[in-house]
Amino acid sequence: MNQVPPFGSLATMLGPLQRLGHAALKALQKLGRAHLFLVHVMSGLPDLFRRARLLLAQMYSVGVLTVLLIAISGLFVGMVLGLQGYNVLSDFGAEQTLGVMVAASLVRELGPVVTALLFSGRAGSALTAEIGLMKATEQLSGMEMMAVDPIKRIVAPRFFAGFLSMPLLAGLFSAVGVLGGYFVGVGLLGVDQGAYWSQMQAKIDFYDDAVNGFIKSVVFGAIVTWIAVFEGYDSVPTAEGVSRATTRSVVYSAFAVLGSDFVLTALMFGES
Amino acid sequence: MSGDCADKDVVISIRDLVFSRGARKIFDGVNLDIPRGKITAIMGPSGTGKTTLLKLIGGQLRPDRGTVRVDGQNVHKLRLGQLYALRKRMGMLFQTGALLTDLSVYENVAFPLREHTQLPESMIRTLVLMKLQAVGLRGARDLMPAQLSGGMARRVALARAIALDPTVIMYDEPFTGQDPISMGILVKLIHDLNEELGLTSIVVSHDVKETAGIADYIYLISEGQVIGQGVPEAIERSDSCWVRQFMQGLADGPVPFHYPAADYAADLLLEPA
Repeated sequence: MNQVPPFGSLATMLGPLQRLGHAALKALQKLGRAHLFLVHVMSGLPDLFRRARLLLAQMYSVGVLTVLLIAISGLFVGMVLGLQGYNVLSDFGAEQTLGVMVAASLVRELGPVVTALLFSGRAGSALTAEIGLMKATEQLSGMEMMAVDPIKRIVAPRFFAGFLSMPLLAGLFSAVGVLGGYFVGVGLLGVDQGAYWSQMQAKIDFYDDAVNGFIKSVVFGAIVTWIAVFEGYDSVPTAEGVSRATTRSVVYSAFAVLGSDFVLTALMFGES
Repeated sequence: MSGDCADKDVVISIRDLVFSRGARKIFDGVNLDIPRGKITAIMGPSGTGKTTLLKLIGGQLRPDRGTVRVDGQNVHKLRLGQLYALRKRMGMLFQTGALLTDLSVYENVAFPLREHTQLPESMIRTLVLMKLQAVGLRGARDLMPAQLSGGMARRVALARAIALDPTVIMYDEPFTGQDPISMGILVKLIHDLNEELGLTSIVVSHDVKETAGIADYIYLISEGQVIGQGVPEAIERSDSCWVRQFMQGLADGPVPFHYPAADYAADLLLEPA
């Protein structure tokens, strides 16, 4: 049992400060490890060109298996946008611009952001748990002893699969969302079909909207997958450790995505 | 000590090895030599860092001080490429088997071959079936690791460990948690493979009877030091109290039954805070 120092002593006053410093140092160390890890993962890229099969297998489990989730979510988000947008716009008699509102919201923001959040919940958590369990069952260690670099063989294909899948999924999300908005706006609420599409065509800019949205989804894809594979690789190799790592993977991804979304939005649209 | 690191009959030589985890010293000046072509057992109570020792030999951990030489090469001075080249000549059997759970038995054994060689599929098939035949599991080639018993998983891992025809093979607690039949099979396999493939085997274990039965030489480790070594007969006859306690499995002796604690009576009378 540790002796509790008397209240007001130097030790009790320094204690919280010490813990704060310790926590900060630990966080910085982890950040450093994460970056070294990323460099190591990147070095696995040339191998992937030779062995595209590894990448394709991961793109299936990370990307293809997430398609349904993204499509359904995109549909509902688009339908909600159609409904909410119509309610607001019709007050000003501007319901003809519903298509612009739906498409801009999706392509600029909701497509990349919501896809990244869903992606981290569906694919990121699975990556963390898979790699963490491989570590806990000594599979990674065993691979090292077979002279196979687990970061190149296991982590790199998963990282690049996530990195490549995310923008495609975000595109899918936006496309399905636009259709969802169309069903509700045009199909149910009577917005003119021609106006829905032509206004969208006229107002949505390829560079300002589509390219910027694409850049966001690329950045989010890299961040979410990086966090997921690193948390798995860095996890404490026990049942509890892996479960904590999986939670952290989703929580950190959410913070990182929303935080970097603000920064990217400020850079992209801050001046207009 | 038998010979020094220049001795060509010594495959692995460890000198003055010091390794700590946090504040705890796992090894404090360990010296050992693993002779070529023999089965060397490293024994000691649980928690003495026997697995850690294998990881130090394999270069997965770095010592605080001292050297580990494998075939004359200082493991911890090698560059990553050289270390990987060395590891291709060393097989390791993990306690859990460490099979890749998403691959079948066949693919697990084929894994090192596919990673390190450009052999055609027909050759890989022949090699895999030969290795599986050696451990008696050729018929289990299509099973997944989850369908194997613990003993079978270890045998598959053994087939995988010998897939690249290593010169050294390290067994981490191969007998733990095995029923008598699996245990017998593993003992026989370790012995026979060593003979037939001309391997050098290191068996880390605390199963005294099985290990002493096949080992050519035994090191006993406790509290970070080598506290006994010799051929099995010499160890059995050792007059050291500690060695006797360990080899005969006595409950009390130099290693006390009780974990260090405050006085029992005083502890019972202590009011909870």
